[in-house]
Amino acid sequence: MQEMTENANASILSVTELRKRYGETVAVDGVSFAVGMHEILGLLGPNGAGKTTTINMILGVLEPTSGKIIIDGCDLARRRRQALERTNFAAVYAPLPGNLTVGQNLRVFGLLYGVKRLNERIDGVLNEYDLVRFRDTKCGVLSSGEQTRVALAKAMLNQPRLLLLDEPTASLDPATAREIRATIRDFAAKCDVGVLWTSHNMIEVAEVCHRVLFLSRGRILLEGDPRRLPAEHEHETLEDLFVTVAREPLTIRRTEEE
Amino acid sequence: MKAVFVRRTSALLLRQFYLLRGSPARIVPLFAWVAIDIVLWGFITRYLNAVSAARFNFVPAMLGAVLLWDFMARVMQGITTAFLEDVWSRNFLNLFASPMSVTEYLSGLVLSSIATSLVGLVVMVALATLVFGLSFFVYGAMLAAFLLVLFLFGISLGIFGSALVLRFGPAAEWFIWPIPAFISPLACVFYPLATLPHWMQWLARLIPASYVFEGMRGVLAHRAIAATPLAIGSILAALYLLLMARAFTGVYRHAVRTGLIARYSAETVS
Repeated sequence: MQEMTENANASILSVTELRKRYGETVAVDGVSFAVGMHEILGLLGPNGAGKTTTINMILGVLEPTSGKIIIDGCDLARRRRQALERTNFAAVYAPLPGNLTVGQNLRVFGLLYGVKRLNERIDGVLNEYDLVRFRDTKCGVLSSGEQTRVALAKAMLNQPRLLLLDEPTASLDPATAREIRATIRDFAAKCDVGVLWTSHNMIEVAEVCHRVLFLSRGRILLEGDPRRLPAEHEHETLEDLFVTVAREPLTIRRTEEE
Repeated sequence: MKAVFVRRTSALLLRQFYLLRGSPARIVPLFAWVAIDIVLWGFITRYLNAVSAARFNFVPAMLGAVLLWDFMARVMQGITTAFLEDVWSRNFLNLFASPMSVTEYLSGLVLSSIATSLVGLVVMVALATLVFGLSFFVYGAMLAAFLLVLFLFGISLGIFGSALVLRFGPAAEWFIWPIPAFISPLACVFYPLATLPHWMQWLARLIPASYVFEGMRGVLAHRAIAATPLAIGSILAALYLLLMARAFTGVYRHAVRTGLIARYSAETVS
């Protein structure tokens, strides 16, 4: 953990004053944060807090109203291609096309991401995510847990410097979820990567994330170590703190005010 | 940079190949409807040849026109079906969150369309030649120019249809299919442009395909080949292609600004 904190200074993702407004509605309101190398940062908050909007802006599929996103030194607005070559993601709402097999999907996305030695890399992720037997199976007939593993395999294909995971274990059984968490922690520790992770499972967040941000109504309300934050805010567990943030955000002292 | 462009566009072509390879339901429509059209019009032209004055041969005039028109429609549908595969499989988020640019995406759709429309063209030419005796030598070297103009115009229409669906959502798919039928009266596929009322002639002159079919009838009537009208048709087709590519890019940017790309999956589900 100490090593992670030191390396976190080398920022893989830097988000500055990010804002997204839809007419009168402000979905994300001046959010700033960074993800360091080897760091897993948890982005937490109730539904509608602005987590997915933030992730979509980092993925380049949603244009911010204002603010800056720098991925591994590349300004997303100016050098989109270079920034996204260093990024990948997995999300429950973005399954890979069900009418292609696992192997075909990995090949197509491997080409799109410009993965070198693609055959070797496909074999590697198939092994890593226990998908070898599904290589020639169409993604559409896989269980939701297997589809999640395929999405994670695709997310790892280009060995990204920034990995965005939107509820990656939401549809996995506890045993598989534990394996996936271990794999991603291992990936973050060994590779020069930063991970942004959203989840509603607070036990998972406490286990995996080095640091968390609590979003509420598009703003960062709290930031800190998920193992220490509850006590600092007079709550027993991270889940209790989450419930308070979701129901009574005004009772929480904002990070910026501290 | 060139290698990256080739790799990304070929990824989309490969995706289309995978889909076709595993699905007879996708392969059959590539040639079945155009083959039926050729058979139907083949017999109609034979009948017309039998009942009309023997000096006019309807086969190259009408069957050839049907073949060229169907080729253009297949090119258009080659683009739109490749695009709709991404709509149907809710793939926009995965695709547009990758480093692929809009130009690479459109180029991939064009490559897919070339591959699929060639299948239809080969089947149509084989049927028209072998069964109904259509000889393409009667069109001479102009055939290449006719095909080029129709190809460019078909691509433009395909990109236009895809932009409509991207802008107005999956339900707008139903706007796409009637596009060729909608413009066919102005394309003068079966009759000379002079047949149209004066105001419609002006509209027809804006349709590149009308120059092709006028030129085709000119070639068959052994009139001197007027290069200028076909050049105008080519310029119009190239201009529409640029305009439609710009329009698609504009719609894409709008979708990124408003969050439509990110929400598209959810709307497809609903």
